[in-house]
Amino acid sequence: MTLAGILFTLGLVSMLIRRNMIFMLLSVEVMLNAAGLAFIVASSHWGQPDGQVMFMFILAMAAAEVSVGLALILQLYHQLKTLDSDAASRMTG
Amino acid sequence: MLWLIPALPFFSALILIVGGRSLSKAAVSVIACGSMGLAAAITLVLGWQFLQGGENAVAQHLWSWIQSGGFNAGIDLRLDALSLAFVFVITFVGFLIHVYSTGYMAEDADFSRFFACMNLFVGAMLMLVLADNLLLLYFGWEGVGLCSYLLIGFWYKDPANGYAARKAFIVTRVGDTAMAIALFMLFQHTGSLQIQTILSGAPELWSTGNETVVLIAFLLLGGAVGKSAQLPLQTWLPDAMAGPTPVSALIHAATMVTAGVYLIARTHVLFALAPTAQTAVAIVGAITLLLAGCSALVQTDIKRVLAYSTISQIGYMFLALGVGAWSAAIFHFVTHAFFKALLFMGAGAVIVAMHHEQDMFKMGGLRKQLPAVFWVFLIGSASLSAIPFITSGFYSKDQIVWLAWSSAQGHSAYWVIAIAGAFLTAMYTFRMVFLTFYGEPRGHHHPHTPGNSMMIPLYILAACSTLAGFVELPHTMGHFTLFSDFLQPVLPAVHLVQESAALEWTSQLLAAGLTFLGIYIAWVWVIKKPDGMLRFSQMPFMQWLRAYWFTGWAFDAAYNELFVHPFVRTARMNRKDIVDRIYTTLARIMQWCHDMLARTQSGLLRWYIMGVVIGAVLILSVLIWRVYV
Repeated sequence: MTLAGILFTLGLVSMLIRRNMIFMLLSVEVMLNAAGLAFIVASSHWGQPDGQVMFMFILAMAAAEVSVGLALILQLYHQLKTLDSDAASRMTG
Repeated sequence: MLWLIPALPFFSALILIVGGRSLSKAAVSVIACGSMGLAAAITLVLGWQFLQGGENAVAQHLWSWIQSGGFNAGIDLRLDALSLAFVFVITFVGFLIHVYSTGYMAEDADFSRFFACMNLFVGAMLMLVLADNLLLLYFGWEGVGLCSYLLIGFWYKDPANGYAARKAFIVTRVGDTAMAIALFMLFQHTGSLQIQTILSGAPELWSTGNETVVLIAFLLLGGAVGKSAQLPLQTWLPDAMAGPTPVSALIHAATMVTAGVYLIARTHVLFALAPTAQTAVAIVGAITLLLAGCSALVQTDIKRVLAYSTISQIGYMFLALGVGAWSAAIFHFVTHAFFKALLFMGAGAVIVAMHHEQDMFKMGGLRKQLPAVFWVFLIGSASLSAIPFITSGFYSKDQIVWLAWSSAQGHSAYWVIAIAGAFLTAMYTFRMVFLTFYGEPRGHHHPHTPGNSMMIPLYILAACSTLAGFVELPHTMGHFTLFSDFLQPVLPAVHLVQESAALEWTSQLLAAGLTFLGIYIAWVWVIKKPDGMLRFSQMPFMQWLRAYWFTGWAFDAAYNELFVHPFVRTARMNRKDIVDRIYTTLARIMQWCHDMLARTQSGLLRWYIMGVVIGAVLILSVLIWRVYV
């Protein structure tokens, strides 16, 4: 459980400090897996199968999310010729 | 059948409003005059039945108008002697004026609009006098005010006419507000707006001189003063002459301006319970009749002379009401409606003949050119200035003059003012007659006698204004009291304290003598020695007095200084509306919040993530805090 917490925090912090989009996507993956780990630990702790089922969903969701995210990053790279997230800042209020 | 009387003019007005533009002038005349003629005929029939029936009142409940809790107002009509007198005058004189208008307005492009407004006015006025509850009366009261506004500003292309219309509307509104408050108070205290309930309940509810009833009576007086152009709200009537002359004859002489007299006569029980207010009525009437008489003396516009004369004559009616001579006031209303409508329409005939010239100093010598108009105008003038024995004005006005002294609430001062007013009346009336019809022609016009549609109503009214006086003769001359007996069931008789025939004779002879003296002075003034009078009037003091009277005792200037200018100044100071400030400030705060929020949308992805994280942390901590602490 502690490991899950540490993993989640690591992912969060790295997402906040990295400007490279690929690394940000990776951090999101790390956070998702941390959440998945927390589910598995909790389910084995209480002896309930729900957590395992939930992890399956998270895996499927993560796969879909990565494909959409990578497609977006590709498009962004085509447009801006960079992977810097701060470069895509034209939509301001 | 009673409901038909107001319904007919309303119906005709509706037709003219909806389809007036597509109707020919002849069709419009037939509809407008026909509805009025029918209403007048129905009035005659109903009046005959009423006199035969011997009942005190005929009531008709049409439908419920407003029903809310204890409040109940219906469209209830009620015909009694008082309203019959008014309905008769309104329909009969109104019919004649409608016929006359078909000739007077024949050239006007807005023929149907004119008759729509006139019919609407008559309908509203009939509602006013037939109403059985004060709310319906108020409905009619405001309806006639609206039509008065529409008709004064009938020739709206001239901004001055629009100004006159607005002035009339706003000044009468002051009185109407007072009246509305009176109605609220009456409802609060009596729980009803039915006139009969209030009148029968009032003596049990209030003792004589009770503060509430005095206040209510004063507020009602305020409403009456506004509508009837009495001091201090008289300033609108002279300007109301901007409207077409038939309008002046119908609304501003015969009917609407006497609505105040009707209101006070209708609520006479309240005034009897409030002696202070009743004295105020008499004082208002007395002062007004003098002031307006003086102003009429120096006017140059023939219609303005008649307007001031109307104010002055209504002053007589108020004086009569104030001394408790209720039926005398109504009697004077009837005769005044006849002869003042006659005078206005005669003046209208002169004005048309002179190609819309209203300045008397540009007329003159019309006696030979317009003999028919001259004779009817002379009959009207004789009636207005109360030439003894042969005119109706003599019988009605002398009754007021005498009762102003001899009534229980009378006073010798009232009598002096009334008699001075009679003198002034004769003087200004015949100054007008001499200026218009005698002497050398001063205009460059070629007058033409008006057509039959204008002259026949004048002949009928001339006959009426002579004969109408004989329904009521004073004690000294046969003591024939048909009219006051007729009103007896509604209005109590006057209490006399002096019944000396010798005194009454003296009063009548003095009034008659002063009338003739006034005519003589007018003759000297205008015809015999105009040069001498000119020199007299060139004296500085006289010139000042003339200018002062000409402007109606400078009431307009005073009101401008007192009310209009401060109001305009305040409005100008408050151009950036203070109340508006609140809303603009509110809008500005919103704008600022928006700017602040918009700035957070920086386009930097990591800031958004940060925002999400902070939000999540906050929500989680709140949840945890709620659960564990």
